[in-house]
Amino acid sequence: MTAVDETRTDPAAGSPANTARAHSHGAGSVPDASRAERRTSFEVADFAVPGGREEEWKFSPLRDLAPLFAEAAGPAPAVEVRAPEGVEHRTGTPAEVGAGTGFVPGDRAAAAGWATTAEAHLVRVPAEAELDEPVVVTVRGTAGATTSGHVVVEAGHHARALVVLSHLGSGAHRGNVEVRAGDGAQLTVVSLQEWEPDAVHSGQHDVVVGRDATVRHIAVSLGGKVVRLSVNLRYAAPGGDATALGVYFADSGQHLEHRQFVDHEVPNCRSYVEYRGALQGESARAVWIGDVLIRAAAEGTETYELNRNLVLTDGARADSVPNLEIETGEIVGAGHASATGRFDDEQLFYLQARGIPEEEARRLVVRGFFASIVERIGVPEISERLMATIETELAGTPAPTTVAPSVLEENR
Amino acid sequence: MSTLEIRDLHVTVDEADGGVKEILRGVDLTIRSGEVHAIMGPNGSGKSTLAYSIAGHPKYTVTGGSVTLDGEDVLEMSVDERARAGLFLAMQYPVEVPGVTVSNFLRTAKTAIDGEAPKLRTWVKDVKQAMDDLRMDSAFAERNVNEHFSGGEKKRHEILQMQLLKPKFAVLDETDSGLDVDALKVVSEGVNKALAGENNPGVLLITHYTRILRYITPQFVHVFVDGKVAEEGGPELAESLEETGYDRFLARA
Repeated sequence: MTAVDETRTDPAAGSPANTARAHSHGAGSVPDASRAERRTSFEVADFAVPGGREEEWKFSPLRDLAPLFAEAAGPAPAVEVRAPEGVEHRTGTPAEVGAGTGFVPGDRAAAAGWATTAEAHLVRVPAEAELDEPVVVTVRGTAGATTSGHVVVEAGHHARALVVLSHLGSGAHRGNVEVRAGDGAQLTVVSLQEWEPDAVHSGQHDVVVGRDATVRHIAVSLGGKVVRLSVNLRYAAPGGDATALGVYFADSGQHLEHRQFVDHEVPNCRSYVEYRGALQGESARAVWIGDVLIRAAAEGTETYELNRNLVLTDGARADSVPNLEIETGEIVGAGHASATGRFDDEQLFYLQARGIPEEEARRLVVRGFFASIVERIGVPEISERLMATIETELAGTPAPTTVAPSVLEENR
Repeated sequence: MSTLEIRDLHVTVDEADGGVKEILRGVDLTIRSGEVHAIMGPNGSGKSTLAYSIAGHPKYTVTGGSVTLDGEDVLEMSVDERARAGLFLAMQYPVEVPGVTVSNFLRTAKTAIDGEAPKLRTWVKDVKQAMDDLRMDSAFAERNVNEHFSGGEKKRHEILQMQLLKPKFAVLDETDSGLDVDALKVVSEGVNKALAGENNPGVLLITHYTRILRYITPQFVHVFVDGKVAEEGGPELAESLEETGYDRFLARA
């Protein structure tokens, strides 16, 4: 069974120009009239500690996230940068590495992270440089500690680069990431969350896309107890092309939350968002919130966002909320789709009836489900390792039980 | 030569309201390699239940009797073990499997059934030939299993699998339903081709209407009423049903 929610806006079908329209699937309380009104600030005091009823926190496990809201500074995370020749990388205070020009905290954890970051890291790919090898930034959390980090990734004009942020270790981590792609740059940023099972991670990634630049942000969340990643994409000038892809696999007791906000403020830009996640085991939890705002000035915008969840066993829950706000009718196209389906007993029966053993049937389905995104990461070594990790997680699958699928999945 | 033997089979199904309903009430059938048996009967007589019980669908509970394949206890086997033992069920409503392409699915199934991967060169040729015969476009192989397939495409895909997996016994559940005459001819041709194969399968053809029997000739016809075989005969029995329908059985039951 699959629950599908699909909307496409076809400007040719006559949506009135310059009329504010909001199309939201949020459940219940919507405090802001527009996503644009959501607060951003460098001051921790501007954000109250979340109580759980706020629109942007209502899905999150606040008890686990609590250490990240505190203003106390902890140790810096262990950060290691491996970069090919020609790439500049420096460590210093946020001011010293030029942080904060393309980044403003958007919630309490990010603001507290900003305030407590002593050591920030800059990775700068010079203009017109074309890297053959990826830059790898490894961030390692410390068990029992709350760490704060800030990474600036800057690609000069017409540079071509791939940057991998690898998150490993334990503890609680506030990870602010600032990505600035210059004019005509082609930049891919892959954020891997391969934490130990007890880690808690809240991250805000602000991405600024330059004129005619192509930026891909790829989030892969497999480990950790709680991962809450907010990716904000905006455009510095027309002609930008931004793609946000995500893959997640939530196990029992794991909460994986991915939020994207694509702010179309500039004409003739394109965005595409696709997140795919599988959930397995009692109390596995996934949240996907996809906000897209097309402001009045952003004529010629083309955008599509998509979330797919595959519920493998009973007891797991996926929330999927696409929000599309359109303030101009002069666009190329805008749409979204969200579907939560279950690997159900009928699929299993069908595959088994063709001689395929249960475990292999599961593997076949999950591999197929993720392949389209994993193959687009562009680093075969990472793609292969991810598929292997996913298959290892799968092997821990308890036998499926038979309960009506309607109680197992949720789609808003 | 293989034999599929069903003896005094009783099957129940759990109902939504928590009750248990007996659907098969003592079915006896013996099918040998190369034989075509038609199982006919009105809706609700238990024809599909028989098909799914043989395949091992978890929704059905066998409460009595036996199913053996060359003396081996089929009921003891898991669903995939039954398929590997040589049983095949062409389903009335094949299930969508998103993200899994037809070509990947077929190769995986063939490897599971044979216990080894098919030789690439002959396999690709065999698949292409079978698809051509069933008038399936080659683009079909790259589509996801049953996803957005038309009714006719789903049935062709089922018969394609029957041809490639070469079972000892195939149960075809309402394979004719939802097919127009042209599609029915193509699908029937496909079944006849599988029947002529060297694996010499036995076929259990489950159908409500007689029209598919104009293209696939059964040696035996069994009429199912109220969970058991009410009458048996040769092809002439199907012809008489064509004229009189199931009324005389229903009146008696």
